[in-house]
This record gives sequence, C-alpha cells and structure tokens, in this order.
Amino acid sequence: MTTIDSSPDVAGDSAIGRLLAADAAWLTSSDHKKIGRMFIGAGLLGLLATIIVNLVIAIERVDGGSAALDTDSWTQLLGSQRVGLVFGTALPLVAGLAIAVVPLQLGARALAFPRLAAAGMYMWLGGFVLSIISLADNGGFGGGNSDMVDLFLAAQGLMALGFTAVGICLATSVLTTRAPGMTMRRVPFFAFSAFVFGIGLVLVMPVLIGALIYLFVDHRSGAREAFGGNQGIATWAGWIFTQPTTFLFAIPVLGLFAELLPVTFRKRTPMRGIVFAGLGLVGVSALAAVTQQLRFDVPWNGSQLYIGDGDDVSTKLGDVAPWAFFHLLPVLGAGILFLMMLFLAKPTKDEDGNSVLPNATGGFLFAFFGFGMVFVGMLGSAIEPIVDLGLIDTVFGEASLVYVAYGVALGVLGGIVYWAPKLWGHAIEMKKVAPLALLGVAGTVLAAFPQYIAGFLDQPSGLAYDDGDLQIWNILTLVGQAMMALAVLAFVGLLVSTVLGSDSDAVDDPWDGQTIEWATTSPAPTDNFVDVPAVTSAEPLLDLKTANDSTDNAKESAS
Amino acid sequence: MEALAAGPAPAPRNQLTVASVFAAVAMIMLTGGMLGVWAVKRSAVVDAGESWLPSGVTVPEVPTNVILIAFPALCSFAQWAVWASKRNDKANTVFALGTSAFVALLIVNAQAFVWNQMGVVVADGEYGSMFYALTGTFMALMVVGLLLSLVSMFRYLAGRTRDREILIAHAIFWYAMTAVYTAIWFLVYVTK
Repeated sequence: MTTIDSSPDVAGDSAIGRLLAADAAWLTSSDHKKIGRMFIGAGLLGLLATIIVNLVIAIERVDGGSAALDTDSWTQLLGSQRVGLVFGTALPLVAGLAIAVVPLQLGARALAFPRLAAAGMYMWLGGFVLSIISLADNGGFGGGNSDMVDLFLAAQGLMALGFTAVGICLATSVLTTRAPGMTMRRVPFFAFSAFVFGIGLVLVMPVLIGALIYLFVDHRSGAREAFGGNQGIATWAGWIFTQPTTFLFAIPVLGLFAELLPVTFRKRTPMRGIVFAGLGLVGVSALAAVTQQLRFDVPWNGSQLYIGDGDDVSTKLGDVAPWAFFHLLPVLGAGILFLMMLFLAKPTKDEDGNSVLPNATGGFLFAFFGFGMVFVGMLGSAIEPIVDLGLIDTVFGEASLVYVAYGVALGVLGGIVYWAPKLWGHAIEMKKVAPLALLGVAGTVLAAFPQYIAGFLDQPSGLAYDDGDLQIWNILTLVGQAMMALAVLAFVGLLVSTVLGSDSDAVDDPWDGQTIEWATTSPAPTDNFVDVPAVTSAEPLLDLKTANDSTDNAKESAS
Repeated sequence: MEALAAGPAPAPRNQLTVASVFAAVAMIMLTGGMLGVWAVKRSAVVDAGESWLPSGVTVPEVPTNVILIAFPALCSFAQWAVWASKRNDKANTVFALGTSAFVALLIVNAQAFVWNQMGVVVADGEYGSMFYALTGTFMALMVVGLLLSLVSMFRYLAGRTRDREILIAHAIFWYAMTAVYTAIWFLVYVTK
C-alpha cells in the first residue's frame, strides 16, 4: 500500500510529472514488495561494485612482486572488499528477498512496520554510500585520513542500525502476521529462515554498533589508546566481516534451498522439525559474533585451535569447545539440509506406477549452487582456525568469505527467479537461467578455490607475495572474478529485459508450488491476497491439489 | 489460481508489543556488548597492576545510586499508565505518562551531574573515551525514552485513547532501561 497521492496538477499534465510521481510513489512506498525489490536492486549494484573491487585486487595479485596501484591504497582496497562482500552484497540481497517474499509466504497483507523496514533500507543505502566515499578518500581500516576514518565508523553504524530495524520487522512479521491456522511448525522454510536471520540481526548488529561507538569516540576524541585508533577497527569491529559471523547472513539462502527441495522433487518434506533444527543450528553463528570479540585475544582470526601436543586436556578442551561450537554446529545445520536433499531425491513412483520426475527450475539450480558454495565456505572456515595448518593470515580466510558471499548472491538470484512471477508478473525461462547459473558457480569456484590452495601454499593475506609459483592460482582467481562479473551482469540484463519486455505473462502457479503465496495472482496484488487464506497444513496448496485430483479421479470413475 | 478457503478474521496481533520486546533485546545487546568490552579492558589494566579509575577521579555515589532508585519508580509509573488506560482512566494515564517523562528528565539531569562531578576528560586515556562512549550511549537511550514518554502522553491527550499498545511498548522500554542501567551501575560505578 502506498501512502502517496500524486497531485493531478503535477502528475497528470506531463510525462516528467508522471515520472516524478511514480518515483515518489516507489521511494515512499510501504508495500513490502516494492521495498524488497528496491533493496534487491541496490544489492545487485553493490554486488557488481564488489566484484569490480575483487577484479582490481585479482589483477593486482597476478604479479605479486610489483604493484599497479599505490601500495598505500591496498588497505582501503582490501577493506572495500570486506565491506562490499558483507554490507554491499550478502546482507542487502538476503534482506531484500526476505522483505519481498516473507509476508506472501505467511499469508499476510503487509509486512509488520513496513515504514521501519523502508527506513532500514535507506539507512543501509546511506551508510553504504558513505562507506564508499570514506574508503575512496583514505578512510576505513587503518585509514590515514582522520575525518574519513570517523565517517567510515559512522557509516558502518548507520548500516548496522538499518539492519537492526530490518531484523525487528522480519522477526515481528513471522510472529504476528501469519495466516489463520499457520502455526510456527507450518511456517514455510524460507520464512522460518528469515525469522532466524531477523533474530540474528537483532542480536548481532547492536553489539557491532556498541563496538563502533567505542571506536568512534576513541578515534574522534583523539585519545586513541583504548582501541588503537584507526588500527583497532579491524580488531574490534572486524569480526562482522569474517566467518562464522557471515554464516548468519547465509541462513535465508539455506532456507530457500530447503523451500525448493519439496517443490523440485514433488514431495512433502518429512520431519520438518529436523530442517527447522538445521536452520537454527546455523543461527548459532550469531552467538559466535556476539562473543568472539571478548573471548579471544585475536578476534579477527576467530576461535583459534591448536591441535599439536603440549597442552593439558583442560586447555585443549578450552580450545576445541568454542571452535566446535562456532564452526561445526553451523556445518552440521547445513549438512542436515544436504541429507534432506538426498532423502527427497530418492526416486519414487506415483499411484499409477510411473516414476515421479524432478521439477528442476532455474530457481532451484541457482539455489542449489548457492547452497553448495556456502557449504564449501563453511567447511573452509572450519579448518582455517586450526593453527597447525598455518592458514591464519593467508588468503585462505578471504577465499572462504568469497565462497559464502558469492554463494549467498547465487542463492538470492535463485530466489529472484523462483518468485519473479509474484514480484514482477514474469517467469524467467529455464533455458536462459541455466547457463547463467553454471557460469556463476564456475566463476565462484574459480574465484575462491585457487585462493584455498594459495592459502595452503602460504600466500599472505595482503596483495604482495614473493613466491612466483603462486601466480597461476592468482590468474585463475582473476578468471573466476571475471566470469562472476559476466554472470551477474548477464543476469541483471536478463531480469531487466524480462521485467520491462512485455506485459505480465506468468501464470499464478508456474512451479507447482506447495505454499500459499502460489495461491494468489501473479503478480501479487498490493495487499497480497483478496481473502486471507486459512491454513491447515504446512503444504496447503499441495493439499488442495491432491484433493482436487482425488475428486477428478472419482468423477472419471463414476462416468 | 487455486482457491484456498478464506480464513477467519485474524486475532489481535500485538505487533507493537512484540517489536518493542525485540527493540528491548537490541538495547540490552548494545549495552551488554559495550559492558563486555569494558570488563575486558578493565581486567587487562588491573591485571597489569594499575588502577582502572584515573587518579583523582572519584565516583559520586549519591547521584548514581539515586538514578538506580529512580528506575523502579519510572517502571511503576509506566506500568501505572498501562493499568489506567485499560480502565479508560484518561486522567491517571496522562498523569502517569507525564510523571514518567519527568522522572526520565531527572535521570538525564543526574547523569549530567555525574559527568560534571567526575570531571573525566574524554581524550585522557582509555578510561575517558570508554566512559563517555558507554554513558553517552546510555544518555542517548534515555533521551529516546523521554521522547517516547512525551509522544505517548500527547497522543493520549489528543484523543488516541484506544491505542494502548504504545503504552505497553513504553513500559517495556523502561523495564529494559532499568536492566541496562543496573548493569552499568554495577560495573562502572560500583566495581569501578
């Protein structure tokens, strides 16, 4: 629902007036679908900007011995990469998709506090733009321009405040706007994952804001003792850009994957509680985020684990327990989803004895690849803190962040393809999506996996290195980043051309969905549903289809 | 389009109440995280055999304790407003909200007095910047609460007497602030 009425004097007389009125209606809209789509659009731009930064880094690393850029700007470049992957890519994309889709899945007419969500989006956008400005002018981590460092800290705080607001809206929506009959156990997996994500934001972002306030006052006042001024930013606020904190931002992608499994394999998900538990286990990463800055001497490296001998059992347990808690539980959660996929993929036959073929959609393809990339990133981040492997302070950690962030991006692209009929009234064709999904996953693997290898070969986390044998891995990374850029650019082009290309052409339920968003029209109307539907199971639409099929069969038998 | 049966009218959803609980959690996480860092920094200094509180600085116990005592009173007034509004008692509701705002203003004044009495310099070492960051955040939250009390009161005065959820949210805010200040009081003013 939009609250802006366009004046006939302005809107009706000229094309410019109508355009301005339409823009104003979009920018001030309280329709969750519009807010979500604006978030996604800005997030896609952030993703492209981040890939460009990654490309520059990769080019710079091709020859580790010489620098094309001024070496003073390396810190800002690497800082831009971290900020871009987390605040420019992963967070806005998942937040946008969740805002756009969750109320539809819940059978709600609106998001709870849509204006707060819109304010959160604008706070993020403002903070992100200010971050770019500050990083470009020698601010950010270890920046030399004092004012720009202050601006960077304030911008991070603004973004964190915005995502706190988004988290409150999402969590409140799931708790209070569900359709009649939709108990928490019947909530669709994606909406549940958005709930876990929202609570995680409420828990994590305020802790980041607190750290940023300390850093800001310490730096701005000129004291610069407690936190080491600009050098302390990475130590005290850097945990938001590292694993396992970033797993929290991947939870909606895991929820999307779980959501698409039963639709793809045309079955009901058995033991839904286990899937909920799996998504909740990944949410443990929120605890890692809010505690690791206190628990460990070197928070940037997360929970370090030393396997070698020399320590007594209690010391060893003291190391292993937080490592296992923060790194292995999220892996276990994602592993549960993988096992569920294998379970659902088991071939079955229908009542007539015919094999039930999977309904592989473009959305599932992207979501599957996105899940896989996040999972590989999780595995990498689990072994990174093992001191014996010598991966700390190498490019290995950066690679696992790239895996997670690009995995999140691929997953969200899957969500866009899957829910495009509801959001834009257009279905994006599988034959156009599939090559892009393959290009995206190949790009992600090439952009990150060579860095895993280079990490084992002790390439340091900066831009320079001495060992010439490392060059091949950095060239492969450059190729991967270029492929990812191509995939995202092509996807954006495909999305824009599909949305603007013709009138609405999507049927209401193109993927044979099971949840109630597929019971409304495509595109979904402003208030989502003409009548708020009653829900009697976790798959209400599947129930209806099964009942209709039974009725049709009975009629055929009778005739 | 598959036609699902229309459901009954949804029950009252208490959205503002639920959201205010999340906001309260966020406030507690904010100050909890800051107090955690405070404890780590203090511990490091004390373990090194030095004094965390700068020499010459004393904590004025009277105003800090008065603030602590004022918070339960503030919660009582906020809860009084909820109680009175459920009984459509406009006079009591407005009076309770006004009193809440007044006590919040007194706390703001008392915190400013604490700053003045302690005379800590913000740029003077670790303690200074951390002390003002922490208590400044507390003051910012107090100002938000004060505005919330005033807005709630003026909304009620303007005739929006059936909109009671904001009063519940208002009370939740002050309960959370009581927890926040109790932790600050213990760690900053008592433990020193």
